[in-house]
Amino acid sequence: MKIHLKIWRQKDSQSKGEFKDYTLDDVHQELSFLEMLDTLNLKLVKKGEYPVEFDHDCREGICGQCGMMINGIAHGPLKNTTTCQLHMRSFKDGDTIYIEPFKAAAFPVVRDLKVNRSSLDHIITSGGYVSVDTGQAPEANSIPIAHEEAEAAFDAAACIGCGACVASCKNASAALFTSAKITQLELLPQGQTETSKRVISMVKQMEEEGFGHCTNTEACQVECPEDISVLNIARMNYEYNKAKILNK
Amino acid sequence: MWYVKNALTRKNLMALTGLFLSFFLIIHLFGNLQLLLPEAEAKLQYNWYSDLLADNILIKIIAMVLYLCIILHTLDAIYLTVKSKKAKGSGYVKDRRGRASKWYSRNMMFLGSIVFLFLVIHFKDFWYQFKFGELPLDANGNKDLYTLVIKAFDQLWYVIVYIIAIIALGYHLLHGVFSAHRTLGLYHPLYSKIVKYLGMAYTIIMTIGYIIIPIFIYLNR
Repeated sequence: MKIHLKIWRQKDSQSKGEFKDYTLDDVHQELSFLEMLDTLNLKLVKKGEYPVEFDHDCREGICGQCGMMINGIAHGPLKNTTTCQLHMRSFKDGDTIYIEPFKAAAFPVVRDLKVNRSSLDHIITSGGYVSVDTGQAPEANSIPIAHEEAEAAFDAAACIGCGACVASCKNASAALFTSAKITQLELLPQGQTETSKRVISMVKQMEEEGFGHCTNTEACQVECPEDISVLNIARMNYEYNKAKILNK
Repeated sequence: MWYVKNALTRKNLMALTGLFLSFFLIIHLFGNLQLLLPEAEAKLQYNWYSDLLADNILIKIIAMVLYLCIILHTLDAIYLTVKSKKAKGSGYVKDRRGRASKWYSRNMMFLGSIVFLFLVIHFKDFWYQFKFGELPLDANGNKDLYTLVIKAFDQLWYVIVYIIAIIALGYHLLHGVFSAHRTLGLYHPLYSKIVKYLGMAYTIIMTIGYIIIPIFIYLNR
């Protein structure tokens, strides 16, 4: 099928970007979205032009590297899907597809569709861990964890940190990401002891990175490839308020 | 409050002031419903009630809290909107993010601005007149606020402006009441759902309640 592409080209974070038009004549509908872009890039390289840069790694929907705005929606039209798991069968012959990078002040564009999401890493570094003593690994079954608790923690841990929540949010808030990480650790006994310290420093870091606030529009969960629950955000707020009121 | 830069704390303030204002709306509606009594009775009853509120020290304190809440809620909204604008960056050329959320949840500032503009008119026409204006007295010697209200709602354009403002308020409440609880940390799946539906019921009652009164007055008085 024939696909018209309008792709955001931007040399670096300083320069002004613009849409460039490309047309691919024989796109197979079983190609993944990224493979379609590979096809385009091969053409561009052969012509001596600079290929379109975009992030990708596993191409299995589990690493969280890929991510772009496809026709104005993070990861494209399919629900709960990463960009790499989107296939060209979701589009029709003759379609025009707009492709833009995720945009937020905390996600500066590196080049074209590739953005720097280190701000999310900084949030993790500020408290998204469990402090353990070095030495021999403890016996796994010495701390009993109820099945439901483990499952709930795992639901939050499913966040792959792709940044679609930030890109979909009208305030570019990272509340869903941060709260998922906080909940994941808080639900398990190993993480519980540091909850107050963790939530305060992660929320502080989230602010410092320049993310916006949460207004509970719930768009983030709808566009999240992992369907991470917005209730995590409420839990983060609860833990933050508790920590502020009780610890200070 | 300006030294608190933390968005979560600012959101808490927004939620608490918003919930107080929502609670006040219930009391205000009960007051207004007295306008629906038979004409002769309504006048004396409504004026008596207005004077009762004006003289009560407890009500005076609550009124001060109310003014403070309106101011803080507004300032907080401006602060957070500016912050959000900064966080957003350049925005998208093709933007279809709207499919994932309700329009009124994304336009709280717009809806709130309509409500704020309406409040300015509302305060000027009734609150200011009652507090500082020269109002004639009724048979019981109370200030005749009733006649002022009836005269205002005798004009069709005034009724229309009032209804538009109440509809904006309704959508503001529909998202606001639910969102406030989330902001304050209600994360229990079931209770969160219950609060969402209670918020909807509250919003519908408030909106219909406030809209019925001017229509009733326009048609009957």
